[in-house]
Amino acid sequence: MSDGTTPASDEIPSSDELRDRSRKALQSQQQPTVTVLSSLIAVQDALHYIPDEAIEETATHMKSTINDVWSVASFYTNFRFTPPGEHTIDVCWGPSCHLNGAQNLLLRVHSELGVDGEGETEDGKLTLRYSTCLGACALAPVIAVDHHMKGRMSPDLAAAVVDELKGA
Amino acid sequence: MSVAFSELRQKADAEWQALTAGDKPWIRVGLGTSGEAAGADEAYAALTEALGAEANVTLVGSMGLCYAEPLIDVQLPGGARVFYNNLGADEAADVVGSHLKSGRADASRAFAWHGAERPEGLGAVTRLNELPTVKPQTRLATKLAGDIDPRDLSQYIANGGYSALEKALEDMDSEAVLNEVKASGLRGRGGAAFPTGVKWGFLAPNPAPVKYVLCNCEEGDPGAFNDKGILENCPHTLLEGLILAGYATNSSNGFIFIRQGHTLPIENSRKAVQDAYAAGLLGKNILGSDFSYEVEVALTGDSYVAGEETALMEAIEGKRSQPRYRPPFPAAAGLWGKPSNINNVKTLSYAPTIIRDGADAFKEVGIESTPGTAILCITGAVNRPGMYEIPMGSLTVREAVEEVAGGIRDGKKMKLFQAGGPLFGPIGEEGFDTPIDFDSIGKTTGSLGSGGFIIGDEDVCAVNLVRNLMSFNQFESCGKCFPCRLGMTHMVETLERISQNEGREDDLALMERMGASMRMGSLCGHGQLGYNPVASALKYFEADFRSHMDDKECPTGACGEGQMITPISTRPELMSEPVNFKQLTAR
Repeated sequence: MSDGTTPASDEIPSSDELRDRSRKALQSQQQPTVTVLSSLIAVQDALHYIPDEAIEETATHMKSTINDVWSVASFYTNFRFTPPGEHTIDVCWGPSCHLNGAQNLLLRVHSELGVDGEGETEDGKLTLRYSTCLGACALAPVIAVDHHMKGRMSPDLAAAVVDELKGA
Repeated sequence: MSVAFSELRQKADAEWQALTAGDKPWIRVGLGTSGEAAGADEAYAALTEALGAEANVTLVGSMGLCYAEPLIDVQLPGGARVFYNNLGADEAADVVGSHLKSGRADASRAFAWHGAERPEGLGAVTRLNELPTVKPQTRLATKLAGDIDPRDLSQYIANGGYSALEKALEDMDSEAVLNEVKASGLRGRGGAAFPTGVKWGFLAPNPAPVKYVLCNCEEGDPGAFNDKGILENCPHTLLEGLILAGYATNSSNGFIFIRQGHTLPIENSRKAVQDAYAAGLLGKNILGSDFSYEVEVALTGDSYVAGEETALMEAIEGKRSQPRYRPPFPAAAGLWGKPSNINNVKTLSYAPTIIRDGADAFKEVGIESTPGTAILCITGAVNRPGMYEIPMGSLTVREAVEEVAGGIRDGKKMKLFQAGGPLFGPIGEEGFDTPIDFDSIGKTTGSLGSGGFIIGDEDVCAVNLVRNLMSFNQFESCGKCFPCRLGMTHMVETLERISQNEGREDDLALMERMGASMRMGSLCGHGQLGYNPVASALKYFEADFRSHMDDKECPTGACGEGQMITPISTRPELMSEPVNFKQLTAR
C-alpha cells in the first residue's frame, strides 16, 4: 500500500525476515480470542500477503498443523500468497454496481492496466481485484484505491484514477 | 439512578452543552463508507485545515442521504443546524468559512436546516424533517445517524444512550427484560424474521455458566449496508442492545462479528467496546450491579456464507466458515459447543428503544405482524439512493422508489426491483404495489431480507441481472455441499450461454432440475435457495429469456458480448476460456 511498507515484488525480503515479521504480527494480536483465522488476518494486515513462512509460524503459534492453517487460508478469498503491487485497485461487480455499468468500467480498467483479469500488472506495480461488494452501493459504481472508496465512477473517471496511479 | 451512571450522564451533558452551545461553531461531516466514496474525508481534511482553529470539526456517520453526500452541517453556538449537500473538498472551506465569518447561512448552497428556529437568511430552504427523504422516516435504530461522533461515548450518553441499560439493571430483572422484548413483537432483521424474544427464550433458561450472544455484522448481501450504517453512525446503539440481550438471556459473553476490510465499522466497534469497558458499562458488575458481561470484536475473512449462523460460529472459532449440521441447534450447543444466540445488528439495535420506551411504544410503529421499522437501502437506477428507516408496512415498493428515492433516473420507467439479497430474484410490475414488510414481500418471490432494494430501469435485461446474482452465488458457495457447489457453477454456465443467445431449448428445464437438487441436497440457505433468482426472473421476465433464446438477441442490449467479467479464482478451468458450446453439446 502507499505507506511504503509493502515491498515491490522484485525485492521480497529474506525468508528469515518474513518469518520474523510474521511472528511479530502473530504476537501483536490484542483481542482475547486468538484463532488461526484471526492470526492469518493479522499477518496479511502486516505483510499484505501470506508467505509460506507465515503459514508455518501460524501453525506453531496456534499449536495447529500446516495443513489446518492452509485449509483456512485457502478458503477465504481475501487472502493472497504472493506480494501485491504497490497499489491495489478494487472494482466492485456486485449487482448495484453491475446495473450501473461496472462491466464497462472493468473493461476500461483492464485496458488501462494492460491485464485481462485479476492480478498484477506486468511491471508488478499495480494489483487489480474484483470485489463482490465494497459497501457503498448508493454511490455505485464504486472502486477502491488502496482501500479508499471512490464512488459515482465512470469508465473515464476510473481510467483517470488508474493513470494517476501509473504515474505515481 | 446508580451513582456510576449519574456521573457518566453529568459529564456527558456538560460536554454536549459545550459542543452545541459553547463558544465555537460545530461542523459535522457525514462520513460512513458512502460518505468516503463521495469524498467526505477529503472535505473534512480541507475543513480541519482551514477552520480547525475557530470551529469544532467532527466526522459523524452517514445520515443515509447518500445522494446528497458529501453532506456537511454547520451549527453556530446555540443555533440550528444548516446542511450543505454535495459539498466536496474544493468548495467546503469557502462555503462553510463564509457561513462562519458572516454568521449567515449561504441560502444558495444550503440543502436543509434542523433546529428550533429557522436560521437567518435561509429563505425558502426546507426543514430537514420536511425533505421527502426524511419525512417518511421514523428513526429507531438509526436515531442518531449523522448527529454524533460515533467514537464518542459521551455524545451517545448525552442523547439518551445507555439509559435503557441503566433502567434494566436498576429496575428490571432479566426475565422482565426478556418479557418486554417478547411483548414488543420484535422480529429478527437478518432476513428470517423469527421472533427475537422467543429466540432469546431458548437461551435464557439454560443454566450453563458460559453462554454467548453473537451479533452478526457479516453483511455480505450486495446492496445492503444498513448494519455497517449503524456501526458507522453509532456503534454504542448496537453495543447497548447486545448487553441487554446478554442480560435478558443470562449470558456471559458477546461477540460482534464483522468482515475484515470494513475499516470504519471495525474500528468504531472496537473503540465502542474499549470505551464501554473503561466507563464500567462492560466487564465485571456493570454499573455496580450483579451483572457481568464481556464483549469482543471478531473478524471473518471474505466469505458470504460466514453470515449463516452456524458458519459464523465456525469462523469465530477460526475455521473455514462452512455450515454445521443441525441439530444440535446453537441455543443448545453453539460457539465452542456452548449455548449461543445469533442476532443481526439491526435486531439488537432496537433493544435499547424497546427497553427505554417500552414494548407498547415500539408496537405503535409499524404493523401488528411486524412492529418497528424497516431500514431500507435503496440503490440502482434511482435519483436518490440511500438508507431510509421507515415504519414497517408504511409504504409500498413503488411509493418508496417514487416518493422517497425520487423515482427513476433520466425519467425512465422502473422495470424491476430485487430485494432480500442475491438469493432472491428480480420482481416485476405486478409486485410494485407490495407493502414493505416481511410477510407481504415474502408472499412474492422475493424477501425483505436485510433491507436492500436494488432498482432496475427499462434498460435492464433480467438475464443480465440474474447471471450477475448467480455468479455471486457461485463465487460465494462454500463448497461443502456438492449440489450447491456444482449446481451454482452449471447454472452460471447455462445463464452465460443464454445471455450470449446460445441457449438450448432444454436449458430452462435443466436449471429447474438443478435447483430442485440444490434445494434438497444443501445444508444451508445458500444452496437451498440457489434457484430462487432464476425462478423469480422466469416468473416476471420470461420474455427476456425468450428473446435471447428465440430471437437470438438481448431485449435491451445490456448483456453485451461475451462472458461477464467475474473473479476466475473459483472457476473451473472450463470457464477461464471462452466456452465452445458446440463442442460441449457434441460431447
